[in-house]
Amino acid sequence: MYVGDWIDVGPLAAIPMRGSRTVPVAGGDEIALFRTGDNQVFALVNRCPHKHGPLSQGIIHGHAVSCPLHNWRISLVTGQALGEDRGCTPTIPVKVDGGRVLLCRTSTLKAAA
Amino acid sequence: MDFQGHVLTDDDTEEPGGNARPRLIVIGNGMAGCRAVEELLERDPTHYRVTIFGAEPHVNYNRIMLSPVLAGEKTFEQIVINDHAWYADNRIELITGDPVVAIDRAAKKVTARSGRTAHYDKLLIATGSDPFIIPVPGKNLPGVISFRDMKDVDTMLAAAAQGGDAVVIGGGLLGLEAAHGLSLRGMKVTVIHLMPTLMERQLDEAAGWLLKTELEARGQTILTGADTAEIVGETGVEGVRLKDGRLIPASLVVMAVGIRPSVALAREAGLAVGRGIHVDDHMVTSDGDILAVGECVEHDGQVYGLVAPLWDMCRALADGLVGSPSGYRGSVTSTKLKVSGIDVFSAGDFSGGGEAEDIVLRDASRGIYKRVVIRDGRIVGAVLYGDTADGNWYFDLLRKGEDISPVRDLLIFGQAFAQGGGQADPKAAVAALSDDAEICGCNGVSKGKVVATIQAGACTLDAVRSTCKASASCGSCTGLVEQLLELTLGDEYGGEREVKTLCKCTSFGHGDVRREIVAQGMKSIPEVMQRMSWSTPDGCSSCRPALNYYLLCAWPGEYVDDQQSRFVNERMHANIQKDGTYSVVPRMWGGITNPRELRAIADVVEKYDAPMVKVTGGQRLDIFGIKKEDLPAVWADLNAAGMVSGHAYGKALRTVKTCVGSEWCRFGTQDSTGLGVQIERMSWGSWMPHKFKIAVSGCPRNCAEATIKDFGVICVDSGYELHIGGNGGIKVRATDLLCKVTTEQQALDHCAAFIQLYREDAYYLERTAPWLERVGLDYLKQRIVDDEVGREALTSRFLYSQSFSQGDPWAERAAGADREQHAHLGEFRPIEMIAAEQ
Repeated sequence: MYVGDWIDVGPLAAIPMRGSRTVPVAGGDEIALFRTGDNQVFALVNRCPHKHGPLSQGIIHGHAVSCPLHNWRISLVTGQALGEDRGCTPTIPVKVDGGRVLLCRTSTLKAAA
Repeated sequence: MDFQGHVLTDDDTEEPGGNARPRLIVIGNGMAGCRAVEELLERDPTHYRVTIFGAEPHVNYNRIMLSPVLAGEKTFEQIVINDHAWYADNRIELITGDPVVAIDRAAKKVTARSGRTAHYDKLLIATGSDPFIIPVPGKNLPGVISFRDMKDVDTMLAAAAQGGDAVVIGGGLLGLEAAHGLSLRGMKVTVIHLMPTLMERQLDEAAGWLLKTELEARGQTILTGADTAEIVGETGVEGVRLKDGRLIPASLVVMAVGIRPSVALAREAGLAVGRGIHVDDHMVTSDGDILAVGECVEHDGQVYGLVAPLWDMCRALADGLVGSPSGYRGSVTSTKLKVSGIDVFSAGDFSGGGEAEDIVLRDASRGIYKRVVIRDGRIVGAVLYGDTADGNWYFDLLRKGEDISPVRDLLIFGQAFAQGGGQADPKAAVAALSDDAEICGCNGVSKGKVVATIQAGACTLDAVRSTCKASASCGSCTGLVEQLLELTLGDEYGGEREVKTLCKCTSFGHGDVRREIVAQGMKSIPEVMQRMSWSTPDGCSSCRPALNYYLLCAWPGEYVDDQQSRFVNERMHANIQKDGTYSVVPRMWGGITNPRELRAIADVVEKYDAPMVKVTGGQRLDIFGIKKEDLPAVWADLNAAGMVSGHAYGKALRTVKTCVGSEWCRFGTQDSTGLGVQIERMSWGSWMPHKFKIAVSGCPRNCAEATIKDFGVICVDSGYELHIGGNGGIKVRATDLLCKVTTEQQALDHCAAFIQLYREDAYYLERTAPWLERVGLDYLKQRIVDDEVGREALTSRFLYSQSFSQGDPWAERAAGADREQHAHLGEFRPIEMIAAEQ
């Protein structure tokens, strides 16, 4: 089901606090949805800019995630690597409405292509 | 039905000149509707003839003050905003107890429930919100109410008069105020909250935890992360059953899970409605003659459930109606919890992250937590707990968008401090303190005493802590003590801490944190972060796993493991590989296997198309290339053949490697495989500071390589040599001999004691080798060999802890636990979207 350019990918309650869930994109890169300790939701391509580790499996702290492979810290807001590391993962606009998580369709297709 | 004011009819011209004034009908006699009328009257008292329809049988009262009425701090009369005289004086027709049920836009007419109709020139919809009722069985039982109006309060007061148990569903602002009131009225109250922390929309986790602690201390039961399954009862409410099966008795259930804009009337009339009734900057709906205001509207994508935006909306509305439009630009809101004795304030965006910076102040002994979020030199959000005196000041700076850079260093101390005497230097502020000013609240140490201690030779923070105890407890005054060191010693103070901190989030080291968790009886990660003054809201990927381990170790059977504070491998119970797939190692006790297990492993390799299966260094089989979605099914297959998790992924006991020993080997002196199996059965499943490997060799030829293991046994004719502190890896270290024992049971007991001492004593991610070198072999010998009573105590603590940790995590996952760890949320196809979980 989708309304305009927003696509409902599931209930917010299905993403654990400080946890992540994934959404595969047909013919493209998987999207990772993150729910932070302050109950905000972010969406990034599920791929670390360093060695392509699945960011969805990292530890989420503040508005950042630590990649499970080599512990790069990636900003959930900008997708940029934090600290000394350099690199960027595409971010996708996401919003929560009525307890549902909505992904921007156009951006998802662009980012995941 | 109750008629108030004087009744006008459609043909009532009233005006001496005969020209009828345009008629304004207001639907809703609440705060928004009446405020709008007040604003209008203030601008032009004669412009409109006003009729107000209200659903409730009351004059206009202050809805947000219902909580104090429930709590017995106010009477209904005290919260009335406009009494009958006001309506009469302003010639306002008030129709109470008769809600409007239909709007005929073509005829410009409204119809009330009684059948009464009225014509309008302008219509104002101010229907507010409806409480959200969660759709569970039993929601319509007598005794289930919401908390929205005076009738609900009357119901609660009647129930409270009978005493007994009440359940409040929803730990937000409204729910907690209801719980507080019912509790004061003598009911035994349980709050059921779906989310992990209270008031999560207004408070961050730290403040939510403080609030929960305080409410529990007042006798309320707070269940967070609790999901309501049904409300049970025959003719009335008898209790609430949670999805985990718990039944909480209750004669009253208050649902306070949220509110929804009340838009049904507007939608039926064909007005544009989203989450709320769409309005422009002048509060005009999609019909130019119909306006809307308050909680029922959606302005610029925002709906508001608080009272403050009303004032701005009503001003804009009245300006528009009298022909001098100003326009509403949206509101920044702040929240205060109205529970007496608990001060909570939150405003703006306190989520932090990105370019935002946090300034956090925690004073654990006084229960104070303050957090100000800054972006580009401006305050964007604030959360205050315990001391909200400066809430309005922060909120003011936030709304004005003032540059706070000049007072940044002192901002968190509040207005008086930040603006007092233009002290831009925190050191100057400390220097200005009098000698008897208290520095350390926990230990009652004055500034004079700290300075005297430093002058007497305590030149480091640790020295000050150990001499006069300042900063030795909660640590929140550490910064002050450091400034005093700097002031007193000048350049002589290096500022360097001797102790390596656990991570950047804290000024404490691992040892301090471990000690204080036990000494202060701290039982959760947010509690540690609060009491030990963490500088970040929820830690980082270094401290969270460490705290999770320390708590797990300190409180076996009591502490609930936090999955989100686990590294990926421990969360997934498998080892992540560079391509994002996992490897799976089933346990083989002592390295012994059989045809059934081997067949099951072979079947899994084929069934899931695993590209590789390999023998590990610890004598186990490792299946590579399993996808996270397939893990539960793989585990189910392995479980079926009797195999459990090998914990090859954990900071835990990995393997007990053995040689064949006296059963087969011509040199074997003891049954090394048998002992290895016993040791593995005893110690599997235990979480440790780091991975832990054991080996048992049947003779000094040492084929099992026991002398590079964390704990190694070398069998000799006369018994068992016990070796400790070895590892392979980057820096190979051979073991030291701990002692020699004569029986298998002694070997097992010493092994358990050593593991427990390591668990309780070592720092997180410190293996036994560096730990041994840090504390010294003599210390370990003294604790484990010489102190017999101490050893027995260690052994029994280990076995007690093990009684909670030997459940197979694979079997739990295969049976459906934590399913979200292994499934996608949904699937995205370019054209359509399939959500896996609805």
